[in-house]
Amino acid sequence: MSTRPQPLVVGAGPAGIRAAEALVAGGLRPLVVDEAPACGGQIYRQRLVPDGRSTRDLYGSEVGKADRLHAAFAAFEGKIDYWPQALLWNLRDGVADIVVAGATRRVSYDGLVLATGATDRVLPVPGWTLPGVFTLGGSQVALKAQGCAIGSRVVFAGSGPLLYLVAWQYMKAGVEVAAVLDAAPASAKLHLIKALPLDPGIVLRGTRFVAELRLRGVAIRTGIEGLRFEGEGRVSGVAWREGGRERRLACDGVGYGLALRSETQLADLAGCAFRFDERDRAWLPLRDAAGRSSVAGVYLAGDGAGIAGADAAERAGERVALALLEDRGLAFDKARAAGLEAELARIARLRDALEAAFPFPAHWAAAIDDATTLCRCEEVTAGTVREAASRFDIGEINRLKAVSRVGMGRCQGRMCAAASAEVLAAATGKPIEAAGRLRAQAPVKPIPLALQLAAEPAKLPEAAE
Amino acid sequence: MSEDRLPLLRRITRKEHAAIAFTLDGAPCEGRAGDTLLSAILSRSDSLRRTEFSGEPRAGFCQMGACQDCWVMTETGERLRACTTPLQPGMRIVTMTGKAA
Repeated sequence: MSTRPQPLVVGAGPAGIRAAEALVAGGLRPLVVDEAPACGGQIYRQRLVPDGRSTRDLYGSEVGKADRLHAAFAAFEGKIDYWPQALLWNLRDGVADIVVAGATRRVSYDGLVLATGATDRVLPVPGWTLPGVFTLGGSQVALKAQGCAIGSRVVFAGSGPLLYLVAWQYMKAGVEVAAVLDAAPASAKLHLIKALPLDPGIVLRGTRFVAELRLRGVAIRTGIEGLRFEGEGRVSGVAWREGGRERRLACDGVGYGLALRSETQLADLAGCAFRFDERDRAWLPLRDAAGRSSVAGVYLAGDGAGIAGADAAERAGERVALALLEDRGLAFDKARAAGLEAELARIARLRDALEAAFPFPAHWAAAIDDATTLCRCEEVTAGTVREAASRFDIGEINRLKAVSRVGMGRCQGRMCAAASAEVLAAATGKPIEAAGRLRAQAPVKPIPLALQLAAEPAKLPEAAE
Repeated sequence: MSEDRLPLLRRITRKEHAAIAFTLDGAPCEGRAGDTLLSAILSRSDSLRRTEFSGEPRAGFCQMGACQDCWVMTETGERLRACTTPLQPGMRIVTMTGKAA
């Protein structure tokens, strides 16, 4: 064992777990840092306490994958260092600042695996800040991890594979699903034919969700426009246009999202070069087929590096760990690495077909009403952004932030940067990539002001379960 | 929190789990073992906070620690992100959401 510092793995979802596993197998002892109290990431998130449901109840058809990942992580006991409920808030030159157990600690690392995951991508619509409107991912977390429904009569709206999955999960849990409102036209679903030979299971499962929702009387509407959420102080209904007609439904909870967006702040702080991705309409960190970034010793895996889903995340996590081993001059399985890359290429083709079946409604950006809040944190409206862009001749998002405060709040643009770029592009008539990307700033998430710098190793929290 | 404001979240599981006592804007409240602070509050109320600028009510959004829209305060001024904070017995939470309701 060398005296070099240990590798640092950020995130304990499917990518981070498989990365840690391959590093351990290669003879290293990684430090795994994760914000959650237990491993699994968002998709395989664990409950805080048992609640009478089986893991099959929680993870459905993905139960085997969830159980295997949780078991793999449990088997790391004594072979890795694991800091749950820990926030990595700053990175530079091989040093990370991490808040854990009430103190901030400075950690040197040699090899950094970023497996930071994703959150829902959203475009603002009227009423999206009303209590009772959650993201699709948030609606799923409430049900899966907390055993709580976001309402008694709920509507799911937006796009992406999660739309039908979450609606189906709520229906199965006995919650009345009033409607599924799909931004994509019905014709977009023809792209699923291309996905069928690549992964029949995933396509047939999605088809079954839709069929079962219909069978239970859930209204499924496609190609919806003019989506808005209504209510005084909390959501009480949803309205939309369909074939030129205004439609309206009463509900007391909404799950909304337009597929996913990668969590890239740490890659930015690590100095990684970015490229514009046409499919995701987002700036993503550059990486090679193995997951190496443009910065030596920094590796990118999972949805945080580009949306590809949980199966790809597992393989990408293992693949970057093999690259890290290779780069440190350690033995690794070359055939395995090549096999993982081939599987990742297949899943990438599948993902392209899925994204085409659930296209992002970019044209909604131009239609966002001036009075609609664009930035939830700083309460900046779409109108303010358009006015700033026009008055100061701004086409770039960091300048827009300086002038309008959009993206300057606590979420650091996680919820509004993509939307702001879309609104800016629509207002200036330029392509979205011309808007650039919001630069990440430390701390990447709010940290308590009263933290002390830990001189001694802090007493670390025990992992849950 | 007045009686006519129905809670935002509806419990499906853990209904009989051990009660955890806390206070919400000074009033005694109960959550259940395994609750996050967000679930505990929104199972009793319909918002978590009011915004700094317009004062409109908010009740979180992403429930995974990303959107930062669910921060609440304790009576001693400590700020807590409700969706990622497990409920602890005796927490004294201030939302001030009742003031303009």
